Amino acid sequence: MGLGVGLATLYLSLIVLIPLTAVVWKSSDAGLSGFWRSVTNPEAWAALRLTVVASLLVAVINVVFGTLIAWVLVRDDFPGKRAVDGLIDLPFALPTIVAGLVLLALYGPQTPIGIDLAYTRTAVLVALLFVTLPFVVRTVQPVLMELDRDMEEAAASLGAGNVTIFRRVVLPNLLPAILAGTALSFARAIAEFGSTVLISGNIPFKTQVSAVQIFGQIESDNRTGAAAVATVLLIVALAVIVALDLIKRWSARRG
Amino acid sequence: MTKRFGDFVALEDVSVDVPSGSLTALLGPSGGGKSTLLRIIAGLEQPDSGMVEIAGSDATRLPPQRRNVGFVFQHYAAFKHMSVYGNVAFGLEIRKRPKQEIRRKVNELLELVHLEQFAHRRPSQLSGGQRQRMALARALAVEPQVLLLDEPFGALDAQVRKELRKWLRRLHDEVHVTTVFVTHDQEEAMEVADSIVVIAGGRIEQVGTPSELYERPANDFVMSFLGPVTKLGDQLVRPHDLHLRNAPDGSTLEGTVVRVLRLGFEVRVEVVIDGVDLWVQLTREQVDGLNLEPGSVVHVRPARRGREPSVVPACAIGP
Amino acid sequence: MAKWGLRLAALVYLLFLLVLPVGLVFWRTFEHGLGAVWKQLTEPNARHAFEVTLKVAVLAVVLNTVFGVLLAILVVRHDFPGKRLLNAFIDLPLAVSPVVVGLALILVYGKFSTFGGWLADRGIQVIFSLPGMVMATIFVSLPLVVREVAPVLEEIGIEQEQAAWTLGAGPLQTFCRVTLPAIRWALAYGAVLTLARSLGEFGAIAVVSGRLVGKTQTLTLYVEQQFQNFNVAGAYAASFVLAFIAVVILVGVNVLRPKEGEA
Repeated sequence: MGLGVGLATLYLSLIVLIPLTAVVWKSSDAGLSGFWRSVTNPEAWAALRLTVVASLLVAVINVVFGTLIAWVLVRDDFPGKRAVDGLIDLPFALPTIVAGLVLLALYGPQTPIGIDLAYTRTAVLVALLFVTLPFVVRTVQPVLMELDRDMEEAAASLGAGNVTIFRRVVLPNLLPAILAGTALSFARAIAEFGSTVLISGNIPFKTQVSAVQIFGQIESDNRTGAAAVATVLLIVALAVIVALDLIKRWSARRG
Repeated sequence: MTKRFGDFVALEDVSVDVPSGSLTALLGPSGGGKSTLLRIIAGLEQPDSGMVEIAGSDATRLPPQRRNVGFVFQHYAAFKHMSVYGNVAFGLEIRKRPKQEIRRKVNELLELVHLEQFAHRRPSQLSGGQRQRMALARALAVEPQVLLLDEPFGALDAQVRKELRKWLRRLHDEVHVTTVFVTHDQEEAMEVADSIVVIAGGRIEQVGTPSELYERPANDFVMSFLGPVTKLGDQLVRPHDLHLRNAPDGSTLEGTVVRVLRLGFEVRVEVVIDGVDLWVQLTREQVDGLNLEPGSVVHVRPARRGREPSVVPACAIGP
Repeated sequence: MAKWGLRLAALVYLLFLLVLPVGLVFWRTFEHGLGAVWKQLTEPNARHAFEVTLKVAVLAVVLNTVFGVLLAILVVRHDFPGKRLLNAFIDLPLAVSPVVVGLALILVYGKFSTFGGWLADRGIQVIFSLPGMVMATIFVSLPLVVREVAPVLEEIGIEQEQAAWTLGAGPLQTFCRVTLPAIRWALAYGAVLTLARSLGEFGAIAVVSGRLVGKTQTLTLYVEQQFQNFNVAGAYAASFVLAFIAVVILVGVNVLRPKEGEA
């Protein structure tokens, strides 16, 4: 057993822990002021702002549409539902660069439906929505399936209308799952790279997300600058994981 | 031996001797330590202090693989992905026995437990009772020195439980393996076991045959755990050990009838004496000739001199 | 009535976000016929990219499966100080940006770092070469096998394994004969998820591979390159292959999932 722990820790360390520590370490190369300068330089800052704002927006949209889709998949029935259900996982299985290409085909210069979003911030939004689609849906679905219909029936017998039932009986029970899915979708959106690369044009200050900006810094050999912004993203990632753990424990306590 | 889980003392200074070839029950309320004791014997837990001796040799340091004990779990622990045959054959395959021998033994055992026609089914296709019989066959296949059963019938219906109890007793009479089983059901222990060890709160309360425990309980706990009790004065007595008369006879206490319940063969008379409730168990014949209207006066005395202290408490001595 | 509204809203959202874009690409790929697609796919660079992708994917799947099972057993069956921390670290890769993954690996294993330099002196090149790409892929797919196997291990409980011990089976025998069969579907599912992830990885690979055409260029990198070089047909063709495999995996995975019930 000691061997098992040792081996597993080694594996984790070599691949995950040591490299991530190296990023944080490298970002301190130029001291705290250097770190701050790398993060607040206009290009990096613009990218961070865009990334965070877009991710928050996407998280909100996902709360609404994710829950909606989960609801329809669980409570509704129509021919082809199983296919639609399987389709939800497509963004998980599709390479991000292909996702970008796919969105560009429909919403780029060659659009057959007249919507050209190339080089706009909306394009970034659409790309992020695509890759984060499954998160809220897949966390809410199982909870919805397990939900005891008795509660809703009791509420109806007491005179509550459908909207009230949803708001006061269903939603509170779905809340932990929705929050968990939202946290995951936010974390994914913040980190996204491949799907935005093609459709946004990566125009600095306009449509460049943080991951792309970091990439640019690496290519220009400014690893310290890249590490600084990367550390910011890592801190956010860590915060999300902690939040997820707290949500899980909170929901376990509610029973 | 002693065993702690964090702050919880599961077993405190417990010492048990199980004679070879006997069928012993570890009886007690839930959480009392009996399952822990069983698992320590099997090697699935380690005691904090003390030792385990099996057939004269020290087994304390041995892992479960090498103790040659058979263990039957409450929830069967069936190998779900193997057939019934595969389950029973498992121990023999591990020991690299030749295929013919395995086939012979497994078929023998399946016949013994009446599961021959299920040999190629999966455990999930069997009922609870059948699964437990399979688990028993599996444990017996490796010819263990000791057979341990942890609440083996706990997950089964009352009817199946009763059947399997008789069946276990008959099996033991045929096979004669030293058997220890854990239960919280005193009826089960009394019906099946040669000797009962009563464990509660991590300590041994009494050891003895079923009738010893019933007739001469060592303390109030054992008495109330193993059979019905009621209080006469400040003593615990068995409700069927009380005499009820309409007239006093010098050694009786006077009380008033509260209620009479006729439950088939048994008649229960609830009486109040000096403000204290008790009940007397009588047969229908005993009731004939008595005036037992609610409110009528009756006189109660024990049929014998209450409970006698048992000669040897047989409690803990040493670690 | 409300039901129709909800259904419509959900389906329209999915139509415009998912179905139309993907459908369009499938359409555009074959616009010029099967032959044109085949020509694009049999280009030497395309073929090399496919080979590289496959090599990386297979190695990543094997390593991740083996260590994933070990980690799952560790986390579920054992108790040790720091276990909660280990658990959190296993989930970490889900939230890290792929570009950061690449950067992290370069900093530790690149030629100009201490460790990387030491390895380079011994002729082992990690970055801009296969090992680095495999490591990057393992990083991003680390949780996938663990998180599938761990709940199943938890659910089947330790009693079957204990029963095997009392019947004389040692730890390895118990693992092979009792544990492994019980987790095989969860394992398969996790391995398939890892495969999908490996085939699709872009960002981390982009950083770590150096994008040496013909040597460290995976199919995803190939797609990007072809697009930037205005060979849209080539990009679409390679994308089609990747998307097709993704769909096959999706279908396969949906078929596998119900089987978990019988584990």
